[in-house]
Amino acid sequence: MRPWGESARTELWLLVREPTTVVFALALPAVFVLVLGSVFGDTPDQGGDVFRGVGGATYYTPAYIALAAASVGLIILPTHLAGYRERGVLRRVRGAGIPVGAVLFGQVTVATVLSLLGGALVVATAIPTIGPDTADDVLGVVVTAVVGALAFALVGLALGAALPTARAAQGAGILVWFVVFMVGGAGPPEAVLPDAMATVGDWTPLRPLVTALQDVWFGPGWNLRLLGVLGAVGLAGAAVAGWRLSRD
Amino acid sequence: MRAAGTPDVVVHGLRKSYGTVRAVADVSFEVERGEVLGILGPNGSGKTTTVECLQGLRRPDGGDLTVLGLDPRTQVRQLRRLIGSQLQDSALPDRLRVVEAVRLFASVGEGRADVDALLADWGLAAKRSAAFGTLSGGQRQRLFIALALVNRPRLVFLDEMTTGLDPEARREAWRLIARLRELGTTVVLVTHFLDEAERLCDRLVVVRDGAVVAAGTPAELVAAHGGGVTATFTADLDDAELGALPGVTSVGRRGRAYEVRGDAAALLHLGHLLVGRGTVPTDLRVHQPTLEDAYLALVGAERR
Ligand SMILES: Nc1ncnc2c1ncn2[C@@H]1O[C@H](COP(=O)(O)OP(=O)(O)OP(=O)(O)O)[C@@H](O)[C@H]1O
Ligand SMILES: [Mg+2]
Repeated sequence: MRPWGESARTELWLLVREPTTVVFALALPAVFVLVLGSVFGDTPDQGGDVFRGVGGATYYTPAYIALAAASVGLIILPTHLAGYRERGVLRRVRGAGIPVGAVLFGQVTVATVLSLLGGALVVATAIPTIGPDTADDVLGVVVTAVVGALAFALVGLALGAALPTARAAQGAGILVWFVVFMVGGAGPPEAVLPDAMATVGDWTPLRPLVTALQDVWFGPGWNLRLLGVLGAVGLAGAAVAGWRLSRD
Repeated sequence: MRAAGTPDVVVHGLRKSYGTVRAVADVSFEVERGEVLGILGPNGSGKTTTVECLQGLRRPDGGDLTVLGLDPRTQVRQLRRLIGSQLQDSALPDRLRVVEAVRLFASVGEGRADVDALLADWGLAAKRSAAFGTLSGGQRQRLFIALALVNRPRLVFLDEMTTGLDPEARREAWRLIARLRELGTTVVLVTHFLDEAERLCDRLVVVRDGAVVAAGTPAELVAAHGGGVTATFTADLDDAELGALPGVTSVGRRGRAYEVRGDAAALLHLGHLLVGRGTVPTDLRVHQPTLEDAYLALVGAERR
């Protein structure tokens, strides 16, 4: 059991020391929520449709909890893992008898915790400043955030296992993250996106997480269907990662 | 349990290609318990591939492998606990600190490793909290050796352990191998330094183009492939008489200057002849073949 705990601890320190981590997982989502919340305020618009019937601040707070998970899963984890493969770290670790599974477990754990921390920071920034409605169902928000963070961490594992170098992973990651960010629910609300973009957004893994979090924050409540979608996305990520990593 | 007397490593007919590149064509050798085996060979001859297959880090295409009685293909897990390994080309994350690396690698061992003693042993005490990315080449190498030994393995693979070390650290590494030998640890050492091979290894295996071209103790290799002893001197002698001496393989002469080649026996007979004639050349020089001569003869020939 010791290598598992030790790996998780090591991975925690390594990821925390990474500047991209601090920027993309912790700082950006909190800054964005502050900016957008200040721009749109929290008064529902006339028709009540643009922000799903609530004000901008309330709409964006859960969306940026989701964005933190996407940052970790699309940028931070893939860059980190691809770097490990590129530099032969995994081989050295394997050669020392440390199960590669222990390292991956450590990375997924740390990534999940980091995403949740990023989300917590979003909430902590939003509540005292832009004044969103507080969450209807706190437990629902926590559970949905955990499922989403885990799903994105596993997607990150797949990307890190598939992309050849840290540089490639970071480049591709930031690009995908940006697209997902714009059309997946954390940028302009779905209601104002052109149809084509909204459709693309529907197929990003960010949309189910944004919607599911909004549903428990101010909407109808637990969205089991979207939680199922996130679970499936996570499993697919794990399968791809397992398949790729068992081949070299 | 393994039967007493079974070698720690048995490789037979190992083959491994990377796509169309044939890295190892046919490698066979054994390493006895407690032995220090050296693997020599030119760049790209398949040394690293061979030792990585033995550690279960690469999947061989063919051949029989047994390491500590286990099959590296199917029993990697059990095997990894018993071996220590220093890989030629793989790194650690730049931001990983020295002490964290040691703790991480120690976590698979049974007992509690004495991290500070290990770091002191390897001159890394002052670098305890330094990030891997800030270490010099030699310091990284020392860390890798320390990591290979942290769990007191029964068998260690050291791939170019001393490359990049300063002379003092190299001596330190040599002393450590001697210490490992006293402890009865089996060592497989890949190296390009012939002095190191000669000094440290009980036996050597020379690999060329993915196949073993010679194996034996350093002395045996020198005797078999070193090209014999060469004696040069000036004297008035009969060429035919010299050529007839037991053990002499060739006689060259330029004026009164002779160059006689042969084995150790030839040297004694030559001395006997000269003394018997009352001729004692003051310029007599004897060149003993070295491991380098043997190595170059083995790998240099017909190299494209
Ligand atoms: N991962 C790889 N992919 C493709 N080819 C490889 C790979 N690793 C090694 N090779 C090739 O296999 C051959 C043997 O390589 P190997 O690393 O085993 O040699 P080596 O004897 O250790 O050389 P050196 O003394 O330079 O370390 C070389 O031709 C090398 O280019
Ligand atoms: Mg090599």
